[in-house]
Amino acid sequence: MARMKFLCDAERCIECNGCVTACKNEHEVPWGVNRRRVVTLDDGKPGEKSISVACMHCTDAPCQAVCPVDCFTTTDDGIVLHDKGLCIGCGYCFYACPFGAPQYPQQSSFGARGKMDKCTFCAGGPEEADLSDAEYEKYGRNRIAEGKLPLCAEMCSTRALIAGDGDEIADIYRERVLRRGGRPQTWGWDTAYTEG
Amino acid sequence: MKLKRKIVGQVDSTSTATVAGSSTGLLGVTVNRRNFLKNSGITAGGAALAIGAGPSMLKKARAADTYAKAGVETTEVHSICTHCSVGCGVIAEIQNGVWTGQEPDYDSPINMGAHCAKGASLREHGHGERRLKYPMKLVDGQWTRVSWEQAINEIGDQMLKIREESTSDSVYWLGSAKHNNEQAYLFRKFAALWGSNNVDHQARICHSTTVAGVANTWGYGAMTNSYNDMQKSKAMFFIGSNAAEAHPVAMQHILKAKENGSKLIVVDPRFTRTAAHSDQFIQMRPGTDVPVIWGILWHIFENEWEDKEYIRQRVYGMDDIRTEVAKWNPAEAERVTGIPEAQLKQAAQTMAENRPGTIVWCMGGTQHTIGNNNTRAYCVLQLALGNIGVSGGGANIFRGHDNVQGATDMGVLSHTLPGYYGLSEGAWKHWSGVWDLEYDWIRNRFDQGSYEKSGDKDLKPMNTAGMPVSRWIDGVLEDKENIAQKDNIRAMVLWGHAPNSQTRGPEMKLAMEKLELLVVIDPYPTHTAVLPDRKDGMYLLPAATQFETYGSVTASNRSLQWRDKIIDPLFEALPDHTIMYKFASKLGFGEELTRNIEVNGEEPLIEDITREFNRGMWTIGYTGQSPERIKAHMEHRATFDETTLQAKGGPLDGEYFGMPWPCWGSAEMGHPGTPNLYDPSKPVAEGGLNFRARFGVERNGENLLAEDSWSVGSEIEDGYPEFTADMLKTLGWWSDLTADEQSAAEGKNWKTDLSGGIQRVAIAHGCAPFGNAKARATVWTFPDPVPVHREPLYTSRRDLVDDYPTYEDRKSHYRLPTRYGSIQAEDYSKDFPLIHTSGRLVEYEGGGEETRSNPWLAELQQDMFVEINQADANDINVRDGQMVWLEGPEGGRIHIKAMVTDRVARGVVFTPFHFGGMYQGKDLLDKYPEGAAPYVRGEADNTTMTYGYDSVTQMQETKCSLCKITAA
Repeated sequence: MARMKFLCDAERCIECNGCVTACKNEHEVPWGVNRRRVVTLDDGKPGEKSISVACMHCTDAPCQAVCPVDCFTTTDDGIVLHDKGLCIGCGYCFYACPFGAPQYPQQSSFGARGKMDKCTFCAGGPEEADLSDAEYEKYGRNRIAEGKLPLCAEMCSTRALIAGDGDEIADIYRERVLRRGGRPQTWGWDTAYTEG
Repeated sequence: MKLKRKIVGQVDSTSTATVAGSSTGLLGVTVNRRNFLKNSGITAGGAALAIGAGPSMLKKARAADTYAKAGVETTEVHSICTHCSVGCGVIAEIQNGVWTGQEPDYDSPINMGAHCAKGASLREHGHGERRLKYPMKLVDGQWTRVSWEQAINEIGDQMLKIREESTSDSVYWLGSAKHNNEQAYLFRKFAALWGSNNVDHQARICHSTTVAGVANTWGYGAMTNSYNDMQKSKAMFFIGSNAAEAHPVAMQHILKAKENGSKLIVVDPRFTRTAAHSDQFIQMRPGTDVPVIWGILWHIFENEWEDKEYIRQRVYGMDDIRTEVAKWNPAEAERVTGIPEAQLKQAAQTMAENRPGTIVWCMGGTQHTIGNNNTRAYCVLQLALGNIGVSGGGANIFRGHDNVQGATDMGVLSHTLPGYYGLSEGAWKHWSGVWDLEYDWIRNRFDQGSYEKSGDKDLKPMNTAGMPVSRWIDGVLEDKENIAQKDNIRAMVLWGHAPNSQTRGPEMKLAMEKLELLVVIDPYPTHTAVLPDRKDGMYLLPAATQFETYGSVTASNRSLQWRDKIIDPLFEALPDHTIMYKFASKLGFGEELTRNIEVNGEEPLIEDITREFNRGMWTIGYTGQSPERIKAHMEHRATFDETTLQAKGGPLDGEYFGMPWPCWGSAEMGHPGTPNLYDPSKPVAEGGLNFRARFGVERNGENLLAEDSWSVGSEIEDGYPEFTADMLKTLGWWSDLTADEQSAAEGKNWKTDLSGGIQRVAIAHGCAPFGNAKARATVWTFPDPVPVHREPLYTSRRDLVDDYPTYEDRKSHYRLPTRYGSIQAEDYSKDFPLIHTSGRLVEYEGGGEETRSNPWLAELQQDMFVEINQADANDINVRDGQMVWLEGPEGGRIHIKAMVTDRVARGVVFTPFHFGGMYQGKDLLDKYPEGAAPYVRGEADNTTMTYGYDSVTQMQETKCSLCKITAA
């Protein structure tokens, strides 16, 4: 059984935001809600690194663990989905999530929280996929049901962001790491092999 | 449900801009540029969108259904991204005429499905909520909807009146790198038949110094290799190029090269996103490209790392370079550039030890008063290393707009006809032949006066370069006694051009107000619509985007691709070539414009236009790429190799993707295209070449032709001049021509023989039609034959002005007086102590009107800002996120946000140039036609950018000016 994962290769990510607009494009997510965002560390300094972050579809998902109305479901493929019919917008999952993935649409000028929204791995909601307008409006497009992978990764400009079966993306990444072998400039090298 | 242990990883946030209560976890609180901007709040239209979100579910904020529906028939259309010159394939899904989905084009050998933020948001073009929807006319200061017929009639009548009173040269036709090849070609022809050389486009202000510098060094002024070919580079030297933001998908090839062990060197005044991936980052003072390159070459010569045999065989004038380079010892190089010796030496050694290596440059190198010196210095570095004409090497000059290469090739420039034929009588006769028009008829369309002399000879406006786009404002404002044409510019047509990408904003505003007629033809209103304070005499005409029409487009690597039409033009927009035909008909030359071209209704047939330029563009080999061949390349794009771009098997076996020019001879000849220019390791018939014989055969007794070097299979095993009919006779190859070819070729050469016979026979004997010569390291026809350093006009290094002065003022260059020394003589650096440079952001493109009107992009960059070093910020008591005034020495000032960052060095500030719609502190929202304002507006940085033009091409200086910043 496949176990769906994202992997973002910081050696490749150039912070072009292609993944962010691909997500907007595919799901028509409104202004202010970002299921995916690129995070840059040490911006403008040597050592600057960027990484694209969304829901990581945790195996043992903290959001799922804390949800008071139990709206989360993990699919057979390991995708964590939430039922917007059940969600009460309490924001508890936001506290639990290590990645800040849950998003809350703004309802008024005072920023009160609406129902939670997050990356669906382009797999719609926990309800049975029907590719209906209602499903689209709640969750966006269901690419998995169409036999496709998340568009953010499919369109990544440098193939930094990879999505799919965890075993397969691990193979891809392993090959890259091997190819980079012998390059002491590799990120993390200093941490791993030098003092300090 | 069970509770788990807390595993939230705390991010060490030192952000000073975080707004309390606004944090949204890791996605929101890290310190980066996006966060800085996000916290600026939902200004500029964002609020309206956000409030549209539904009460409970994540409801769409849109009025119309624009997403895919289940069970509805879906068709796929293939096109090419319209943002940058990489040329990414796009797959659009259409339902009932609506663009409902976008899928990755994995089959494209150029992008292999990948997109940057702009490419991944293309579908928004199909919504077009902020488009200019109808023809509009300014009446009493109000935008009023009019019909196309009324607009064309009124504009046409006024133009004809101006033509009557002031000659055809008083109407300026400003074209576009956003046109496809067919439209660009038709536009240049249109201007020719109107009878003026006052025609130009963005290439003037992006890579004109590249085209001039590089073509004058070795023959053609284009990217020599390709993005894909960089995968074979062992070293990559970037100077003045921030590919990670300007050409993101190119980084796919670059990072692959890096993973294969290639060394990446980035030289830039800023620590860019590209520099973040470099092995060596070298921070230079803006405007010191020549000293940087000569400083590196100093080490190469010192250590004898140059390729002596290559230089002997294929380079002229390197000894003159040695003399100049000798002055740039490490101490002097450091004094001028600010770069320590060790860094330049390391770069030199890296390039020497890792061959083939490639050099990449962009606007950081070109947009200077000495841009042509910079581009030639880059070329010389590569020639010294023997890196040109080899896979993995080359001068990989990344062009900007999606079709700026094509529009340049089509001659949408004030100094040449299509195909770089120039403006000589011979050039006009060549093209009038292609157009089936009488040369005398065309000549009579021009002003018959004379305003310039060459020696004793009177020059005619038909044969003198028109005003460049960088200077059109001077064509309006300058005293007409000082300009080399009868009268000022009185009418201006901006046909796909963002004025905020040009310097001297306050003067531009004055020029726009002085014009009698101002016409914008564009999918968006642009900054032009709102900048001038006018009450009337202005029109906005809605043009279709390239997704609403079809045709060919030339990527930076010289490959031609075909776009199919995705959707019909939205609202009342029309394709550009249809608008051209409408105007030509009104102005009285519709029949002449389309003599060889079928017109359906009012739309000239695109394929016929392709065929017409195929018949004339012999100089650069745009002759073999027939519409049928280009379309076949699109259909079979999956068969091309992603590194070599060559088809392996399939119906196009052996051809190169998009038949990169030169694709010699006629389409029937089946030339595969030339993947890497000047590469003698292949026969010319298979895409090989050598340097072009363009500058004569000898100079001062020295041989300019190649020595002991030729492309594989050449029957002439040495250098040779360009091919002519007489040369074929001398060689005994004349009889290889058919009888028809002989009669067409008599008295002609490889550029003017419309039968293509001369090219065919030369290539059959293994020869390059343009000859086989040396590249020249010294261009004796330029103001500085050997590239030298000259300080910018607005320099803060007054101590260097005596040693490296700029030029003297010139009386007439491109019809206009041009100032140099008189500006540099004055010291502005006391009042304006900071060096001001500019560049791009990944989310926006060009003047940004289109991308700032796309909410998916606009959300990511909501504020115009200035990057300022922490030390400088502290000196003026400005904090991160604070509003400031940035003021230039010519008086322009902009109200923008400060971003305090180490990305720029002390003393240097950076602004992005994509913003518009605000002017000197005022939001111009109420001046847009209703519903057509972009979501994000901001100050145009060029409001503060100053005077300064390249000595060969009139390229504008935008990369080193001066400014001061004060807290607002």
